[in-house]
Amino acid sequence: MKSENNKFLVKLDNTGVFQNNKWLVKGVSLEVERGKIVTLIGPNGSGKTTTAKIALGLYKNIQGKVEKFTKKIGYVPQKISIDWTLPIRVLDFMLLTQNLSDDEINTALNLTGVEHLKNNNLRNLSGGEFQRVLIARAIAKKPDLLVLDEPVQGVDFKGEIALYELIKTISDKLNCGILLISHDLHVVMSATDYVVCLNGHVCCSGTPQAVANDNKYKELFGDRASTILSVYEHNHDHTHSPDGSIKRKQ
Amino acid sequence: MFDDFFIRALIAGLGVALVTGPLGCFVIWRRLSFFGDTLSHSALLGVTLAVSFDINIAFSVFIISSAVALILLKLQKTTNLPGDALLGLLAHSSLAVGLVAIGFLSFIRFDIMGLLFGDILSVTKNDLIIIWVGGAIILFVLKLIWKPLFASTVNYELADAEGMRPERVNAIFTILMAAIIAISIKMIGLLLITGMLIIPAAMARNISNNPKQMVLFSIIGGLLSVVIGLFGSLEINSPSGPSIITAGLILFILSLIKIKRLSQLNN
Repeated sequence: MKSENNKFLVKLDNTGVFQNNKWLVKGVSLEVERGKIVTLIGPNGSGKTTTAKIALGLYKNIQGKVEKFTKKIGYVPQKISIDWTLPIRVLDFMLLTQNLSDDEINTALNLTGVEHLKNNNLRNLSGGEFQRVLIARAIAKKPDLLVLDEPVQGVDFKGEIALYELIKTISDKLNCGILLISHDLHVVMSATDYVVCLNGHVCCSGTPQAVANDNKYKELFGDRASTILSVYEHNHDHTHSPDGSIKRKQ
Repeated sequence: MFDDFFIRALIAGLGVALVTGPLGCFVIWRRLSFFGDTLSHSALLGVTLAVSFDINIAFSVFIISSAVALILLKLQKTTNLPGDALLGLLAHSSLAVGLVAIGFLSFIRFDIMGLLFGDILSVTKNDLIIIWVGGAIILFVLKLIWKPLFASTVNYELADAEGMRPERVNAIFTILMAAIIAISIKMIGLLLITGMLIIPAAMARNISNNPKQMVLFSIIGGLLSVVIGLFGSLEINSPSGPSIITAGLILFILSLIKIKRLSQLNN
């Protein structure tokens, strides 16, 4: 029983949040396993971030049950604003919730391509650079569970692909589970193991293939969305490097 | 050496500045200056209690300020009033209740001015012990909770998600605020304690680029303010608390010049 539990990092059982007289999200069940990427998709206000926060245990009063099987968690929130009153460099931010050696800091920043910004002030970074720092911070200590809430927002197109590949590599290499929120259906449909489509409740879920063919998914995202999978898979054959390296492809 | 009232005041002031330096940084980072005001206003009630029941002032102020802080946390959860309205409510009502209570104590002559603005003459050897021992405890606890407190200052949910238990450290920090007000009220006076917390830290913000540096400069700024302020007050016979705060203000203005220079260099 115990060893089977170890496979799971977090389990949500029929969870929901009721706040200010309305349901932010309800009836969500999902589980994140080691080495697997679970993606939440859905329109704005469909409860993606709420679901991620349920998984992280950020709500005091929820319906249903959440079980967490690890304490080593890395979190990239959807939004962080750094106040002017707080002077903080990338270096200080990396050490926010963890103790890291210089090597660990450099490696993590190097992976997301922002090592040169180590001594810069957090407020002086661009949106994309800041996201890269957020990801570097979350992966630096090799967590068991990564929760990424739109981790590549504001990152340039080329960087976006590289970062998603990095995320995929991390999940394979560290054998950690990833709960991902993404608007990029291309990526969701190609690089993830399990998709949960939300619209205040679980609209449909399953493998990317199954979700793409689901009528509810088509209703929510339109007909064109379901063709994404095939389009992507075509591209995928031609651009995937055989060693699965995370270097940017030209 | 401790027999001289001025030396006592100086040692007391330096002890206070060592503690207000780092705490003041958090007050600025977390936008708690009005919260500091509220706690220190409520200190008047604590002083009244101390006099009526003949207990130590620092102790009773600590109890009352902590109680007010806890009431505030409770009110924030149970009412829909905005935070600043709640703070105003507690600050002014506890000040008023404190003044009414003083009215009942007509048999004792109260040095209201000393209470509001601090009085170097009133610092005793006993107060020195309270300031330095209390201050050491505050700094020790702050050191222990530094990481989770700083993390939850930067982003509460991030800290919560990664196991930093922000609610607990926030409560501890609130108690530390009550404690610094309790040990410094005699020295600075209840109307000016928040100034001692904020002004050196604000000065430090102008000239630092990382959190530890800001804490260091804030401490140095506080120490300098105490030395300059106290010697100045001796020279021109001004009240001690306001002189220390004025010295801090001068340092702050000087730090603005540095900022101007820096931005010119960048252009």
